[in-house]
Amino acid sequence: MQRSEIHIGLKAYLYRLSNLFLPLSVLVLLIVINLIKGADYFSFTMVKGAIYGNIPNILFGASELVILSIGMTLVTAASQGQDIGIGAAATITSAVFVWFVLNAGEVTLLTIVAAFLLSCVAGLVIGVFNGTLVSIFRVQPMVATLILFMGGRSIAFMIDGKLSPIMANDISNQIGTVIPGVPIQTPIILTVVFIAIVAVVLKTTNLRLYIESVGINPNAARLNGINPKKIIFLTFLIMGICTAVAGFIAVNKAGRHDSVNLLKFIMMDAILAVAIGGNKLSGGKFSITGSIIGAYTIEMLNRTLLRLEIETETIKAFKAVFIIILMVVGSPVVRVFAGKVINRVRTGRFRSVLKRSAPKSMNKE
Amino acid sequence: MESLNANKPKTRLSNSNLLFLIALVIFVLMYLLAIISFPGSFMQFQTFFDLFNLNAPLIIMTLGLCVVMIVGGIDISIGALCGLVTMACAMLLESEMGSIWGALLLALGIGIAFGLLQGYLIAYLEIQPFIITLAGLFLAQGLLTTLHKDPINVTMPAFVALRDFKIMIPWLGTQNRLGVFIPCQIKPGVIFVVVLVVFFAALMKWSRFGRNVYAVGGNIQSARILGINVKRTIFFSYVISGLTAGIAGFVFIMTTGAGNIGNGALFELKAIASNIIGGILLNGGVGNLLGAPIGTLTLLVINELIRAAGVQSNFQAIVSGLLLYLFIVLQGIVISLRGGRKFRIALPPWLRLPWLKGKKKAEKQG
Repeated sequence: MQRSEIHIGLKAYLYRLSNLFLPLSVLVLLIVINLIKGADYFSFTMVKGAIYGNIPNILFGASELVILSIGMTLVTAASQGQDIGIGAAATITSAVFVWFVLNAGEVTLLTIVAAFLLSCVAGLVIGVFNGTLVSIFRVQPMVATLILFMGGRSIAFMIDGKLSPIMANDISNQIGTVIPGVPIQTPIILTVVFIAIVAVVLKTTNLRLYIESVGINPNAARLNGINPKKIIFLTFLIMGICTAVAGFIAVNKAGRHDSVNLLKFIMMDAILAVAIGGNKLSGGKFSITGSIIGAYTIEMLNRTLLRLEIETETIKAFKAVFIIILMVVGSPVVRVFAGKVINRVRTGRFRSVLKRSAPKSMNKE
Repeated sequence: MESLNANKPKTRLSNSNLLFLIALVIFVLMYLLAIISFPGSFMQFQTFFDLFNLNAPLIIMTLGLCVVMIVGGIDISIGALCGLVTMACAMLLESEMGSIWGALLLALGIGIAFGLLQGYLIAYLEIQPFIITLAGLFLAQGLLTTLHKDPINVTMPAFVALRDFKIMIPWLGTQNRLGVFIPCQIKPGVIFVVVLVVFFAALMKWSRFGRNVYAVGGNIQSARILGINVKRTIFFSYVISGLTAGIAGFVFIMTTGAGNIGNGALFELKAIASNIIGGILLNGGVGNLLGAPIGTLTLLVINELIRAAGVQSNFQAIVSGLLLYLFIVLQGIVISLRGGRKFRIALPPWLRLPWLKGKKKAEKQG
């Protein structure tokens, strides 16, 4: 009895791991390719007390993508659709941030924090806009966010008032690169803090259960006393906060606010990260860990292609081929087939041999 | 009273037709608004024809996308695919062995090849359409930049003749200030549009494939139980979408006469927006194919209106976003009101399907 329970628990655990198997194996594959290219892949150098190198660069470069893909995972899981306006939304929130900082006069830590909070409010407003459309008017998320995708960058441009204002102060420079005395680049630290907060929230609250049940079947969730509208609305609010944080990091990294090109095609990468992480784009169960690994995988893939000295024109084609192969390997049909083959190798062959041999011997007798 | 009712059986308007009617009404209203506010330009027939002349590729693309959206999928590779086709055709036409028929075949070939690849992966390997067509978008963009980076202007005489070829309508036109009569002009791309619209409308309405598409988009499980080959239907819908993107690419180069990296960029989002305005839902199963061109025209008229009003280009994007918002909310309200069965509209007799009439008669007799 006890043994079977342990067995079931183990099986569930293995099932969870099997969803992470694909992104992890891709990550390992990419590392192997990089090691073949040059054995010094993991090496890092210390410049002015901070660590630089291939791996820190990947962690640094993927920070916005990771944060946005966390939000995208929640939105996808609850509303069964994707938010394609996140790039534009992050541009608006960061425009608000830049506007406040530039108009505050003297830049202190307090003004930066106040500006960040204000940009969070802007993110929440965007979340309310999208969330109302999706939850109350029952518009598909992709359509609802298409509105912001079309008009968002223009709004950001009008908040800016002029062409790409420059953030020339020490604090935002330190947020974008390194705080003196801390060996790790600041965006990496911010990302880790954000991930930790999300993890704590998901561990301590029922949010995961509610989101998953709404994503699997909204009507059943409603009959069980969960308000699907509220949950979907909530995921869009979280997405708003995510865009605010991502915009904050991105604009501090860049040092100037370019409302046309800031985080331009990030929604594609974020959706891709969610899919590579083993999440269904049609909602339901989700794995934030998978999405985070997926986001880092994409960044690593981009940098690997650059490292392999593939021409910049053909990089996109290579990326596409890689994605297609990845999705084919991870597709349900191939998975089921592989599972059958593995089962046959493990048990089925012997059993079928036994079954076949048994009736024959009976007949002979 | 009873006899009157018996003569006019009230068929409940389907969601598809209701949304299409809304789109049509909005288009007519928009055009009337445009005529009232700018009578000088919008009263001319040429302005109306120019909507087709300049945007034929977009309209063709929306047709294929419409089929995919009705089946419940999405194809975001079409814009990049159109760009790839224009560049490939331009290179072929500029090379020694270039011919117009060869370019057309090349365009169709590239479109069908992408459609086959994406359709197979989506239908038979059951991969999420968004991701696969995203990969298709990357692939097409990558191939486009690999082929050629700089714009190519096609100088082949036969092609230039085709590019400049215009069909005059002698009995329609305007007189300019000097009193010289200028007939309306139609580019050959418009013929492609008209033929394809008629073909696809017939395909979706009367063919077995069209019915299958609606069934699969409406409910994939019941479609399977009914014995419809779900996978094949999905597969062919993506092939059609790729094919129309290829044709759109050919029409694009036929109108502009140059291959350029920026060709067809972000057309996929324009196409999705037009289809939504035209009343085709992303969930699938709902939508009238004629909504696709109507939606595109509505979007274009709105853009022309904003441009004619002389608004700043930033406002232009915001205003079109707001208008999209209005449409979406309007559709949402209408659909939810219908869900509550608060109002009903009878289908006008000229829109009624012949087989429905037969059914009604059979019911009466029975």
